Amino acid sequence: MTLATIGTVARRGATGFERKRTDVAGGLFKALILSALVVSLLVLAVLLIDTVADAWSQLSTRAWDFLNGSLRSRSIDDKLGVKQGLYGSFWIGVFVALTAFPIGVGAAIYLEEYAAKSRLAALIELVIRNLAGVPSVVYGLLGLFLFVERSTVFGFVGLGWLADATGGRSVLSAGLTLAVLVLPIVIITAQEAVRSVPSGLKEGAYGLGATKSEMVWTQILPYAAPGILTGTLLAMSRAIGEAAPLILVGAITGGLTRNPELWDASGLREKFTALPIIIVEWVSERGRDPGFAEAAAAAIVVLLVLVLLLNMTAILLRNRFERKRG
Amino acid sequence: METPDPVPGALSLAALAGSPRRVRRERLISRVMFCAALVSVVVSALIIYALFSEAWIFMRDVDWSSTWGELGWFPRRGIYDMPTLLVASLWTTLIAMIVAAPLGMGAAIYLSEYARPTHRAILKPILEILAGIPSVVLGFFALLWLAPNVVAHIGGEGGRGSMLTAGIGVGILTVPLVASISEDAMAAVPKSLREASAGLGARNAVTTLRVVLPAAVSGLVASLIVAVSRALGETMVVFMAGGAADAVIRTYSPYDGSLTMPSAMASLASGTDQVVGEGLTFQSLFFVGLVLFLLTLGLNLIGDRFVTRVREQY
Amino acid sequence: MTAIDDMTEGRDSEPLGEVGAESPAMPEVVFDVEELSVYYGEFQAVQDASLKVHENEITAFIGPSGCGKTTLLRCFNRMNDLIETAKVTGSLRYHGVDLYDSKVDAVEVRRRIGMVFQKPNPFPKSIRANVAYGPRVAGLAKKGPVMDDIVENSLRKAALWDEVKDRLDDNALGLSGGQQQRLCIARAIATDPDVLLMDEPCSALDPIATTRIEELMHGLKDDYSIVIVTHNMQQAARVSDRTAFFSVNVNPDSDNRTGILVEYDSTQQIFSNPSDERTENYVTGRFG
Ligand SMILES: Nc1ncnc2c1ncn2[C@@H]1O[C@H](COP(=O)(O)OP(=O)(O)OP(=O)(O)O)[C@@H](O)[C@H]1O
Ligand SMILES: [Mg+2]
Repeated sequence: MTLATIGTVARRGATGFERKRTDVAGGLFKALILSALVVSLLVLAVLLIDTVADAWSQLSTRAWDFLNGSLRSRSIDDKLGVKQGLYGSFWIGVFVALTAFPIGVGAAIYLEEYAAKSRLAALIELVIRNLAGVPSVVYGLLGLFLFVERSTVFGFVGLGWLADATGGRSVLSAGLTLAVLVLPIVIITAQEAVRSVPSGLKEGAYGLGATKSEMVWTQILPYAAPGILTGTLLAMSRAIGEAAPLILVGAITGGLTRNPELWDASGLREKFTALPIIIVEWVSERGRDPGFAEAAAAAIVVLLVLVLLLNMTAILLRNRFERKRG
Repeated sequence: METPDPVPGALSLAALAGSPRRVRRERLISRVMFCAALVSVVVSALIIYALFSEAWIFMRDVDWSSTWGELGWFPRRGIYDMPTLLVASLWTTLIAMIVAAPLGMGAAIYLSEYARPTHRAILKPILEILAGIPSVVLGFFALLWLAPNVVAHIGGEGGRGSMLTAGIGVGILTVPLVASISEDAMAAVPKSLREASAGLGARNAVTTLRVVLPAAVSGLVASLIVAVSRALGETMVVFMAGGAADAVIRTYSPYDGSLTMPSAMASLASGTDQVVGEGLTFQSLFFVGLVLFLLTLGLNLIGDRFVTRVREQY
Repeated sequence: MTAIDDMTEGRDSEPLGEVGAESPAMPEVVFDVEELSVYYGEFQAVQDASLKVHENEITAFIGPSGCGKTTLLRCFNRMNDLIETAKVTGSLRYHGVDLYDSKVDAVEVRRRIGMVFQKPNPFPKSIRANVAYGPRVAGLAKKGPVMDDIVENSLRKAALWDEVKDRLDDNALGLSGGQQQRLCIARAIATDPDVLLMDEPCSALDPIATTRIEELMHGLKDDYSIVIVTHNMQQAARVSDRTAFFSVNVNPDSDNRTGILVEYDSTQQIFSNPSDERTENYVTGRFG
């Protein structure tokens, strides 16, 4: 609506009204679109400031205890904290790195170097693009079907062994589900990185008698490494922030008895929670105990620090290499 | 390793055949890479299979009258009124677009047509940070800040969630998406077009409105379509700030709380007594998932078509 | 652009015309090309080229841009395999073996027939790693004194050793353009090839660097057979023993530009007494 109005003003200006009015219209247009940007940035600022302000009561007095504490029924409990959520989120990140990274890079190299421009590659790329747009909650259904329920495909391919291996509603199931969710992101960013390798390097290697795999290993991977790493970091940050698929595969907040150390792998096949789930839970508890709103804000700060650290590392890494390579 | 040439100058075919071990190793590596690429296809197939197989049981066994024209969405009692979810999905998506379209496109136009390179270098990463904020954070922000400080001033209630609150939250979430696709579309407009317009003495605003935007229109449309798809599938913001628990009476007012398709799924699956209830409750999850999947897939395919059109044009 | 006098002068300083006199017996044939055509998809880039490349000689390909010199050169070590659309018909024998036989492994071919590209393309690694790359992938040597010897010998043959011997572990991208190109030659030599293919190796270099590479090629001739593509006719006249002149045939109907081999002879013959009018027009600079 507003755009159209400005449009007519600008058009009138262009068709020979006096100069001054044209400037007014142009200036108004610029102010309008600038305000769109400013509002977006302002929202971001308010979001961050408001959250940190809410979180202050927890983080200013007992930050360390908060990081080490566990889920409690009252917000003023000394032992209240997010350690169990950190445990879940940490291992989700680990599983994403361990599975989505190698599979994604392998797929990207296949698509760019082994099957470039083939019809099969075009089909697989179409599939990947569409997978990238599937809502995360649907991936949750996939996780539920594959890793939690003892499903059967076409009546004879039993998947019960998968549920047995993952322990059903476990961090392992959640990590694998999220690895599947971010796989398209890893592939697409890795493809871009692989594509950016100068053809001179590839030809140089082939010209010296390198095989395809030797060329990939000695030229493509070193050169594309920053780009691939950027994509993987973005994917991990996305995975750590996701909540919907976790709800579907059965992340819980009640009935967690243990509070294991981060690297204690014995809890991987047991009932679990994660940072985003704790946030959701505490937000819903605030009606009963308003202190939980502040606890939720504090958990958000913890989550944001993790997510933004991963994101900013990725963005800095990318910008640095983009600049270096002109 | 290699057979030496028997006579200088003469060479046997075998000498150029390459070591069979190396050839075999290369073939193995290429197969492994192929399998990695195939994972995505298998995942897609499994998603489709899982959705259809469970949704099929639902569609076969459900009393269809309970899915249309009922009082509301009460999945644990065998009442699956789809219009309830569809109306809520429509409202939140519509509100989200009212927020995201002007903000996202405005930001994109500024970044692409006005901002100096130095400013761009700072502003773009900030938008990317906004893009990286998890949706639970937006859900929290919508419920605890937007509701009392914004929604309460435009006729809503500040103390609880509603479709309006959730819609604004989803809108903020999709701003970076709209901005980045729109900006790509405008960046694809050739410089020569801009210069031709500027050469005729047109001002920046006129060039933008009459040359750049019309040329980039498919990309702008694509950005909106993809954003709609994203908004339809957004779960957590609506789950937290949508103002409804796991069951809800059908409502047409955006000031009320309700459940969208994904938030209904999350509600159904959350809680300690996961997915229990009447016989088809579990399957209803997959039925709603299938509807959502098909809708978003359709939108993404259309959006993709528009993006390709931009690329082909220039 | 080029006056014939310049070339005669250039040739005077290098007694190239005596190739035949030096070795009256015909040298061994390295490449025997017969009726070779190359297509990119539907488009025919080279049509029915036939020529023989001889051992320990420098063979130059000259001709206007787009006439298929690079395309033909890249057939010689199967680099065209890397372009999905490229298709080769006719016969190309390397020491009697059909290079396009289905049993021939392109990687093996490239280990015997080295290539130097138009733009210097050193890997973003150390100088040493660049030279060691070929021997390493070929399994000739890994590390230690054997590899050190290969690196030193290759750099010496490429006339680069003295300039880089103290900084072998520096990044190769820090070298000048001419040094980079000599490094690429050293890198190709290190795999102990039989033939060196050079695609306009001097086009990105200044005259001094060009002179050095030309001198280098003279030295390399004793050990390798060299095929060089060049745009610079003086260069062809100065360094090569035989010259192939290519041109383009424009099909008036389809407007397709197909490369053809017009004339192939000793360099002296091509530059002083060409039998084809098109060649004469080209080497005297009268070519459009
Ligand atoms: N990869 C390719 N795909 C399609 N056509 C190609 C490809 N490479 C070259 N061509 C075409 O083949 C023809 C011959 O190209 P080629 O590079 O062999 O010429 P050239 O003689 O080396 O030219 P120059 O002197 O400019 O290097 C040209 O018309 C070119 O456009
Ligand atoms: Mg060429």
